[in-house]
Amino acid sequence: MTDPREEEIRRRQKARAIIMALLLGAFAILVYAITIAKMGMLQ
Amino acid sequence: MTTVTATPDTALPADWRDLLALTKPRVMSLVVFTALCGMLAAPAAVHPVLGFTAILCIALGAGAAAALNMWYEADLDALMKRTAGRPLPAGRLDRQTALHFGVGLAFFSVLLMGLAANWLAAAILAVSILFYVLVYTIWLKRRTPQNIVIGGAAGAFPPVIGWAAATGDVTLLPVLLFTLIFLWTPPHFWALSLFVRSDYAAAGVPMLPVVSGAKATRQQIALYTLPMAAAAVAPWPLGLAGAFYGVAAAALSLFFLALALRVLANRAAEPAGMKPEKQLFAYSIFYLFAVFGALVVDPWIAA
Repeated sequence: MTDPREEEIRRRQKARAIIMALLLGAFAILVYAITIAKMGMLQ
Repeated sequence: MTTVTATPDTALPADWRDLLALTKPRVMSLVVFTALCGMLAAPAAVHPVLGFTAILCIALGAGAAAALNMWYEADLDALMKRTAGRPLPAGRLDRQTALHFGVGLAFFSVLLMGLAANWLAAAILAVSILFYVLVYTIWLKRRTPQNIVIGGAAGAFPPVIGWAAATGDVTLLPVLLFTLIFLWTPPHFWALSLFVRSDYAAAGVPMLPVVSGAKATRQQIALYTLPMAAAAVAPWPLGLAGAFYGVAAAALSLFFLALALRVLANRAAEPAGMKPEKQLFAYSIFYLFAVFGALVVDPWIAA
């Protein structure tokens, strides 16, 4: 049987990892969009 | 600064909801709205992606300032009913995580603003974060009843940043918008501090009702409302906004003044009898949304 405290730590780590992955993905998309927008403005 | 009363369970990694709560999302909505209005009122077309990024940076900067405020004020928050449930005083988060989160978010928001919009907007964003944390939170809040008068400048920056992000400069209209929020802040916060006076007194924060009493605070609320109304209407006679905005700002300000006069006439000493103060506090939030909304809608109606 697993320790409930250990379970809670794993649950929080997993939730934070998912949020971080989503934020990094969103940031990559945002940087790409900013680059395209800036290139468009230069033209 | 004293030690936080609650002992956080530091072995547990912070829950992401607690990190989100550090950014005061509800306060952020007003910041985002005024920044967006500053940007939309500017006489320059902004690329939607860059405009979105600038607003995102302002929101993140406001979140960073809020997180650093909670990091520094954890001991005060623990003493007040209104704030005792926040992640730090409740012991759900350790202070170092809050500090790292706030500083990281601040750097990220300023750098991204500089790269996506321009460095003037980034510089004003950096000044606003530093002003809120260093001048208001660390220097003024625990020392003087003028804390929110001067500290109110920090919350007045968003429309200026929005404008600067769109145009690359700062002209008279964004300065007037800054002045409006700057003068709006004291009546807004003093109305709140009247009915949560015991909280501030228990925490030893020298808010005006604690130091000078309810009567003096009510007088100051009424007095500040007059220049605030003048700043709200000023863009119209100065030719910076149209008649729709002028009439809307005047009507909204008159109602604000009427509520401020009701507060002035109130003699209640206990929160239960402070309905006018509660009404003024609630209306003051609507007021700022409505005035800024009118400023954005005004050119569309004129067209």
